[in-house]
Amino acid sequence: MSFLEVNNLKVEFDTADGVVSAVNNVSFSLDEGKILAIVGESGSGKSQTVFAMNGLLDHNGRASGSVKFEGKEILNLPNSELNLIRAQKIAMIFQDPMTSLNPYVRVSEQMAEVLVHHKGIPKSDAIQQSINMLDAVKIPDAKNRIRMYPHEFSGGMRQRVMIAMSLLCHPKLLIADEPTTALDVTVQAQIMQLLADIQKEFGMSIILITHDLGVVAGNSDEMLVMYGGEVMEIGKTEHLYSNATHPYTQGLMSAVPRLDDTADRLVTIPGNPPNMMLTPVGCPFSPRCKFANTTCSSQTPILSKVDNNDHYRACHVAIEDTL
Amino acid sequence: MIAINKKKIKVMADNLAESGTGRSLWKDARIRFMQNKAATVSLFILAAIVAFSFIGPYFAVWSYEKIDWNAMGSAAKVGMPSIESGHFFGTDDLGRDLYSRVIQGTQISLMVGFLGASVAVFVGTLYGATSGYLGGKTDQIMMRIVDILMSIPYMFVLILLLVVFGRSIGMLFIGIGLLSWLDMSRIVRGQTLNLKNKEFIEAAQVTGVSDFKIITRHIVPNLLGIVAVYATLLVPGIILAESFISFLGLGVQEPSTSWGALIKEGAGTIRYDTEWQLLFPLAFFVVSLFCFYFIGDGLRDALDPKDR
Amino acid sequence: MINYIIKRIGIAIPTLLILIAVSFYLMHAAPGGPFTSERPLPAQVLANIEAKYGLDQPIWRQMTNYLWGVITEFDFGPSYKYHDRTVNEIIAQGFPITLKYGFWSFIVAIGVGIPLGAIAAIRKNTWIDYLAVGVSIGAQVLPNFVMAPLLIIVFTLWLDWLPGGGWNGGSWQYLIMPVIALSTSYMASIARITRSSMLEVLNTNYIRTARSKGLPTKIIFFRHVLKPSLLPVISYLGPAFVGLITGSVIIDMYFSTGGMGYFFVNSAFNRDYSVMMGITIVVGGLTILFSLIADLLYAWVDPKIRY
Repeated sequence: MSFLEVNNLKVEFDTADGVVSAVNNVSFSLDEGKILAIVGESGSGKSQTVFAMNGLLDHNGRASGSVKFEGKEILNLPNSELNLIRAQKIAMIFQDPMTSLNPYVRVSEQMAEVLVHHKGIPKSDAIQQSINMLDAVKIPDAKNRIRMYPHEFSGGMRQRVMIAMSLLCHPKLLIADEPTTALDVTVQAQIMQLLADIQKEFGMSIILITHDLGVVAGNSDEMLVMYGGEVMEIGKTEHLYSNATHPYTQGLMSAVPRLDDTADRLVTIPGNPPNMMLTPVGCPFSPRCKFANTTCSSQTPILSKVDNNDHYRACHVAIEDTL
Repeated sequence: MIAINKKKIKVMADNLAESGTGRSLWKDARIRFMQNKAATVSLFILAAIVAFSFIGPYFAVWSYEKIDWNAMGSAAKVGMPSIESGHFFGTDDLGRDLYSRVIQGTQISLMVGFLGASVAVFVGTLYGATSGYLGGKTDQIMMRIVDILMSIPYMFVLILLLVVFGRSIGMLFIGIGLLSWLDMSRIVRGQTLNLKNKEFIEAAQVTGVSDFKIITRHIVPNLLGIVAVYATLLVPGIILAESFISFLGLGVQEPSTSWGALIKEGAGTIRYDTEWQLLFPLAFFVVSLFCFYFIGDGLRDALDPKDR
Repeated sequence: MINYIIKRIGIAIPTLLILIAVSFYLMHAAPGGPFTSERPLPAQVLANIEAKYGLDQPIWRQMTNYLWGVITEFDFGPSYKYHDRTVNEIIAQGFPITLKYGFWSFIVAIGVGIPLGAIAAIRKNTWIDYLAVGVSIGAQVLPNFVMAPLLIIVFTLWLDWLPGGGWNGGSWQYLIMPVIALSTSYMASIARITRSSMLEVLNTNYIRTARSKGLPTKIIFFRHVLKPSLLPVISYLGPAFVGLITGSVIIDMYFSTGGMGYFFVNSAFNRDYSVMMGITIVVGGLTILFSLIADLLYAWVDPKIRY
């Protein structure tokens, strides 16, 4: 039994212009204490994948498939049951710390309510524990600052508050949805360091969603590459970095600018992300893929084993051809 | 008088500023507007009402001033709506033909609405654009003035104006128009602040175009979208205001009439079994206002692609 | 917060002064004095009357006298038409009536509008939402002067449940129709504003955060959704108040309730300038006071304003 097992997860949205399928047949698993990075461009369905797991889809969204957490099916559970898992077992932090905290409620209230509700402890104790947690994420003068409103914190500090808030109940799985995207580069590094530190300290698993391969490299055990709502390639992070076999992963890797590179132009992947309105036929990446053939645009490739390092990919092109 | 979700308009203003107003925006907007059934139907109904107010008189048997002596004083018995007598909508208590009077009231109410809105749009756009464009202290003072004027109960001041300067349609629509530009100027100012930092404005400034010319040539045309939406919502507001005044008997004067004046008359005689005197003008009034609101909503949604 | 209050009062006072000055000058810009409209009086009599009311003095002196009277003694001077009555007496007679049904209309507009909008937002795209939206759109085209005759047709003429007018000390039978007629369109606006702002709030990231924290819906609603959703409603309270007090004129005329609006319209027909001006100033003062209260309420709810 895996700690977390996602099978054939599908997410669809009903919109005024028709059904949009945001996530298609995504499957992966995660062991306790590991960090999985989900990588992809914006709109590739990575955020919706984790929102679906935690029942946080917008009201027009539908999820199907299976998500097993500690052996129990949690996909599409009613709110009342999900609320026993949320924060206590699976906690989340979000992309934009500026808007993810309620601007009208003091930080102390927002943090303490988690403990008061889930642990049933008195509010004064909850606030004391919250202050301790703010100390743990290195917010200076936490005792006084906890009484402030979110807008009185800087972006990086707010993300620290979010992280502290998510850790209050010592969850087993932390889902971090692009935790550093909205922050300054220097602050990004601090937040990633903080996440790495708390992972060591608390020993929980992390799903780290990002579009920044630089963030993935030093901060994850496994990595899953998504494109157009589908899994392109999945494997151990270190292994994948030197052995990427999917044309899209290769493209992503080569698009990362390097200091030792003397090329004049940055490498890009030509074309645009797919229009999710259209029912996907074939491989979603095929219109932009330099190896694409007629099979690619007609048949959806299936995730298949590449080698014995738990390395899988979904691509019709022979591995040798892409190297 | 008119409840517009300011936040929504503000969001829309931001979006418009971002997307710029190219041809495709307007084309897109038209397509989206046509997809909105309530708005399209409203547009047709409103067009029909306007057309009726112009074509209707050719079918009238009685003029709006002429008194049908048969019906005078016994409207409840003789003046009911009928095809034979030529009083399609019946008569009022004085025996005047309600069909012709409703047509005349429609013309006047719509005219006051459109003219009043034009005055408000003109003053509000210029004021708001100037305030937003100049910025700094000037902007602060200009907006403070708007704040101050906004907290004055303007209907009382308008009635005062009408009493002091005499009652006339001209005074009425200038008064209403001059007093309803405040919201407009705020919205336009916000939008201008957004536009001000765009490159094409900087380009114009760098090449030495005068401030006035930048406002009229570059800022105002880019405000058209939001102004269009707000103007559509302003027209019913002004019609309401005019009807309010006329209902009190302080608006248009006999023999001219308007929806508000007709509703007043009808409402005054409901005790005498002459409901048609109230219901015909009321129907025109209510249906037209409905149409304006739906069209305004439709326009707003159509011009604001992100807010769906 | 204190700075904000001082700043806000700093706007309120000049607003009131401007209102007084504007209405004062308007009155005096009127062609002909208040006593020239009827049959011509002998010149000597007219001069005596004008001297009695201080109309022979320069206009700035008249205005400062007037202002002084209003500020120090709350004295709006005598009525020009009813020579035995002062403006104060007239206001004292009408004001309590306007206050009573105005207060209840305000309560109804808020007390029905906010829950209606909130339920519509929470149950979006269900029959209750459509009903609420339908009611609020419908009510938007049914302003007080349309509601008033319609209510009389239904409740007085057809059903014969309620008296068609009068005040009778404000007992409930006489209060119901004025309150409904006056509050309906504002109730509708408040419901619309609440609905759309709540829908916006429900879509924000911080509500998603609250959900991800495993809090029950009730706590999320009352602690996280309600307050920000009400901010646009609070900023609408000022305009709604202006609308209600303006609408009271219609109520007083149509239901013969005898509030301030009745005296205002009457004096408008009689060109009784001092009464008109007195009422305009009282109403303006109330409006300014109310928008001050609404702004302070806003600042109290929104921590970002407090500085």
